[in-house]
Amino acid sequence: MLIIKNLQVGLEEEDKQILKGINLEIGEGEVHAIMGPNGSGKSTTSYVLAGKDGYKVTAGSAELYGNDLLDMNPEERAAAGLFLAFQYPVEIPGVGNMTFLRTAVNAQRKARGEEELSAGQFLKIVREKAKSLKIDADMLKRPVNVGFSGGEKKRNEILQMAMLEPKMCVLDETDSGLDVDAMKLVAEGVNALRDGKRSFLVITHYQRLLDHIKPDVVHIMADGRIIKSGGPELALEVEENGYADILAEVA
Amino acid sequence: MTDMIAKDGVEAETVAAVKSLSGKYKYGFSTDVEIEYAPLGLNENIVRLISDKNEEPEWMLEWRLQAFERWKQMKEPEWAMVDYPKINFQDIYYYARPKSMSEEKPKSLDDVDPKLLETYAKLGIPLKEQALLAGVEAPEGERKVAVDAVFDSVSVGTTFQKELKQAGVIFMSISEALKEHPELVKKYIGSVVPQSDNFYATLNSAVFSDGSFVYIPEGVKCPMELSTYFRINAENTGQFERTLIIAEKGSSVSYLEGCTAPQRDVAQLHAAVVELVILEDAEIKYSTVQNWYPGDENGKGGIYNFVTKRADCRGDRAKVMWTQVETGSAVTWKYPSCILRGDYSQGEFYSIAIANNMQQADTGTKMIHLGKNTKSRIVSKGISAGKAQNTYRGLVSMHPKASNARNYTQCDSLLIGDKCGAHTVPYIEVKNNTARVEHEATTSKVDDDQLFYCRQRGMDEEEAVALVVNGFCKEVLQALPMEFAMEAQALVAISLEGSVG
Repeated sequence: MLIIKNLQVGLEEEDKQILKGINLEIGEGEVHAIMGPNGSGKSTTSYVLAGKDGYKVTAGSAELYGNDLLDMNPEERAAAGLFLAFQYPVEIPGVGNMTFLRTAVNAQRKARGEEELSAGQFLKIVREKAKSLKIDADMLKRPVNVGFSGGEKKRNEILQMAMLEPKMCVLDETDSGLDVDAMKLVAEGVNALRDGKRSFLVITHYQRLLDHIKPDVVHIMADGRIIKSGGPELALEVEENGYADILAEVA
Repeated sequence: MTDMIAKDGVEAETVAAVKSLSGKYKYGFSTDVEIEYAPLGLNENIVRLISDKNEEPEWMLEWRLQAFERWKQMKEPEWAMVDYPKINFQDIYYYARPKSMSEEKPKSLDDVDPKLLETYAKLGIPLKEQALLAGVEAPEGERKVAVDAVFDSVSVGTTFQKELKQAGVIFMSISEALKEHPELVKKYIGSVVPQSDNFYATLNSAVFSDGSFVYIPEGVKCPMELSTYFRINAENTGQFERTLIIAEKGSSVSYLEGCTAPQRDVAQLHAAVVELVILEDAEIKYSTVQNWYPGDENGKGGIYNFVTKRADCRGDRAKVMWTQVETGSAVTWKYPSCILRGDYSQGEFYSIAIANNMQQADTGTKMIHLGKNTKSRIVSKGISAGKAQNTYRGLVSMHPKASNARNYTQCDSLLIGDKCGAHTVPYIEVKNNTARVEHEATTSKVDDDQLFYCRQRGMDEEEAVALVVNGFCKEVLQALPMEFAMEAQALVAISLEGSVG
């Protein structure tokens, strides 16, 4: 499980505080959603958990199944079971999607002291998973995210998630830039990976994604803090009234 | 309270990687054998001595002396974008050979000093005839690579002589060829790269000590890959090899060349000449994996690699393909070129040049279109890291008679970090208005987002850089023979170690 306590984060380059004390506990198998207005610190939370450069943690802690995430390199966090589905998946020209996936899977296996998968073993697994996610075999051969449509990029993230079998998945605005059909496909992929053990943190602006990925808990974030938590009904409230009421309520 | 910067761990690791880098050049060992040197420096007597050691015919000596006379009048070229201390040509040994290779030359590889054989084994070069380049399985069971091993100034031995002879292929060191096939050498040597071509080619013409000679008779497809492995071992010694490959009408051959040298504090000179003669309907594929010692991270030591390589497509429909992976050397100055003389002849140049730390590379090609309907293609990938400078310099020249000639040039540069440089200097001359020349150039950076993306998926920083760079080089890596492609891919990763952070 993921336990975040009093996480305070600023920018490395300038004196600006972004997260002002986040507290969050996501249990095994749970799905939590974070909603909030622009600039509230949602994406920063996901980047800091994954270990992106440019941020300075000034206080607090984040533990994944007892591992101190903040003390690890990004790749160590990944091997410990943390996965971030990017809002804007990065293009890597010339590197086949398959090569990328295999390098990643084997790097994590190696870091965990497990045996690396042979080309044959890997191929078998990736084909199975791609099929279950309705991903065209052609997408596996193309260079990573190069020339992919918005929907393909996000599905590719889900395929990576399926291959890497993380314990904790953070989805950073996975629905942004997707039409309704593409969003449904992605949500189906995510739901297929819910197995009662794997946990999810879904970051989104809109309630519509949560129609398809049903959260157990919804948090509202504003100005670097979680200002309200509740059940799925909280997301509906936001959808109807916007954030203004909630902000006024806690002010 | 954990007052830490998310980047801390990374930096510590990078520092560690950089520290261990000084010992990272895998081939930096030296072999302890007794070496026989010519006296230090260069004069007419040295030229005579080299010719004498090789028991050459009189005309060869005359040719060398003529070159030496010319060379004395010439000046070192200064137009390349490289900067290195002035070379004292009198402070170099021009000839060095292991003592065991003198007087009684070993008759077969079995008689060669085990220490020399061990050196090649350590480098992963199979001199026993059953083995392939290390780490690669034979695809259809039968692929073989014949090797000519050149150690300092002499050839140690050439494998698969018998099988090649059966096919009519001549593959031997050039010193042997001068004894056994002097008429062939005389006919072709200097016919592609004339004695007076340039400062280093002229120097090479005077003092070349050995190299490889290949002759593929009419209509013969060479039954195996041919390769030469150059090793500089002795200190303060220049290596001046000369390679001559002739593909007669309708023949074809694929030739590979590999180079390494020990890690030494003093820079060493390597000035080679390669001449390819390609007749009607013949084809030569020439691949190089150059991994000379690049010097340390402060630019101390390393090889100065000043090489002249040229192919002459003399016959119609002749074809040549240069592929090079240049990862080593402190300074590289090299422009493998194609003279497209025959109508419908074709030249291709695929290059990856990597410069890390203090390395400098000024490399590219020349495509000289003389014949009608000639075609050329240039794909150059330059990668700069550390404080390195990497220049692509290329000439595409369409002569008046080159009707309908075509050229396509693609020139991509990749920067890693912000202290390195990439430069592109294309020269285009078109004197025929039916000719078509296309040039595309890009410069990009390995960006932090790409690296973070890879690392979030579990790769460490160096694995991530290697992956991105290999993607960048893909088109060229694919042009290499399979045996070398794997090696080159690994080499790309190794030569960039410690380049991020």
